Amino acid sequence: MTKIASTLLILLSLLSCSSDDEKNPVNITFKVNHYWDGTSVTNADFNTIKFINANGNQLSIERLRYLISNIKLKKSNNEVMVIESYKLVDVTDNINLSFSPSVNIPRGTYSNLSFTFGFNNEDNYIEDGYNDLNVAIFNVPAMLGGGYHYMQLDGKFINSDSEEQGYNYHAIKAVDNPGANPTFPQDTYFEVNLGSVTISNNTVLNIEMNIAEWFKNPHIWDLNLLNQMLMPNSSAQIMMYDNGQSVFSLKPDNP
Amino acid sequence: MTRWLFILTFIFVALSCEKETVDKPATGPTPSPLQIPELFSNNLLDPVIPFDNPQTKEGVALGNKLFVDPILSLNNSQSCADCHISKKAFSDSDRFSEGVEGIRGNRNSMPLFNLAWNFDEKFFWDGNTFSLEHQAFIPVTDPIEMNTTWADVEQKLQQHPEYPTLFERAFGTSIIDSTLVVKAIAQFERTLISANSKFDKFLLGDVELTPEELNGFNVFMDEAKGDCFHCHGNERNPLWTDNRFHNNGLDSQFTDLGHGAITGDPADNGKFKTPSLRNLQFTAPYMHDGRFATLDDVINHYSEGLQNSPTIDPLMKKVNQGGVQLSPEDKADLKAFLLTLSDFEFVNNLIFKNQ
Repeated sequence: MTKIASTLLILLSLLSCSSDDEKNPVNITFKVNHYWDGTSVTNADFNTIKFINANGNQLSIERLRYLISNIKLKKSNNEVMVIESYKLVDVTDNINLSFSPSVNIPRGTYSNLSFTFGFNNEDNYIEDGYNDLNVAIFNVPAMLGGGYHYMQLDGKFINSDSEEQGYNYHAIKAVDNPGANPTFPQDTYFEVNLGSVTISNNTVLNIEMNIAEWFKNPHIWDLNLLNQMLMPNSSAQIMMYDNGQSVFSLKPDNP
Repeated sequence: MTRWLFILTFIFVALSCEKETVDKPATGPTPSPLQIPELFSNNLLDPVIPFDNPQTKEGVALGNKLFVDPILSLNNSQSCADCHISKKAFSDSDRFSEGVEGIRGNRNSMPLFNLAWNFDEKFFWDGNTFSLEHQAFIPVTDPIEMNTTWADVEQKLQQHPEYPTLFERAFGTSIIDSTLVVKAIAQFERTLISANSKFDKFLLGDVELTPEELNGFNVFMDEAKGDCFHCHGNERNPLWTDNRFHNNGLDSQFTDLGHGAITGDPADNGKFKTPSLRNLQFTAPYMHDGRFATLDDVINHYSEGLQNSPTIDPLMKKVNQGGVQLSPEDKADLKAFLLTLSDFEFVNNLIFKNQ
């Protein structure tokens, strides 16, 4: 009887204090890396005119931040698991260049890793908004369609008069008729499908953004023509949407 | 024996899973959480309140008393409130405030409100100090402000007939040091909350705006017109500032490097903190150096007066034309909208008028 009671004591103690550690979650890390074609770009490269886009415009980057949302893994049985709701990646201040999802992810091979560039319409217009994005002043004014920016890429370029001039490559939901009743010609958020991934403990998923792609494929971007006040320019927004399709890729890196 | 084992089991389990409890003194300062306005709680993150300096009734009262007491200065000649006047939204109508030695600096006194929502915690026009507590250290010893020493201040406070008791009530010790002084002042400053302007009431559905004010709001939000929102925010950010540092095209050459002098990065030269647009009615003159006497001057600057320089923010539009070229009507309406951000209740709050 004494032995049984002692065993019970141990079992009861263990059960009553059990923690999530016993579920043995897999730790994975997302890293978002940035390139200008083959050259790595960090905020140390900002504020200097050192890039040349496909149109031949010389330009600098002073600010780059963008939203990715609904980061999902798709299982072989087509079941989809959302592993992160959204992240504001801020290259300017090195925020969220690396993050680990808070949900437990079973190890294994998944048929697709995907995310949304920006917010889909449902997420973009939730009534309560997102307080962290409000603090970051990432909103889009209601007269320009409301919701949130998808990306803010700001810098300077050498214009046709050989002078430095600012540009604001801001991606939002394309909008026409800014004002009290804006209209929307088409959605300009997009899904980024990165393909199959294998998840084991300490897997690092390296997502890469080639910033140069925003300016070249399929639309060669002339900063002399399209530089500022692009938010109310739905044609420019649709061009950004088109060019954005080839911006992201995945480079597996399993330590 | 078995019975004893079961009793032991319960004790062991209870002890092993017991949450840590914090011993609270039977008596002590009274917690006094910030009264967070509805628009703030709906749209912003929680205010920044250090774990080691929670808001208390006694701490806030002590901070208020210290804020208006010239005891913090050389020869007891100047208080914080002399350059941060409640009727002026805690700023100063002098372009450059006069210090105890009659010296004037080169920066305009910053208004004080909603400081607990400065999430990056960089204070002053150039962001030279981290945290509200540390901010309060600076003016006391600054030669062009209060020009004294903390040792002198501590001694005066310690010998004062009231302060040792007030510190005892606020912090549980009558031994006064500078750390407790700035903690009390920071607690008081965090209570300076402005959130009851006409525009706040409009957002809450309590009042209507005039057509001119509404058009001004649209000018503010229109990227092809004012494009003020990228730095000063929108209806979802009731702070009306990003609390960041920008070069807004004031000068083509810099006599004051601003944020660049702090970071050492030439790319930050000529950058200064974005001020809130709340309470502009009370905070003239404007800009870090108070160069603009009126709101009209400010609007004209963005419309026609921009000066180009290597660090001018790329968000500044049409720099080669001097700015966004607003029409007279849009300028007037923009001004009308900006004035709806005036919080008369805040500047007339009797709690802050003890000065």
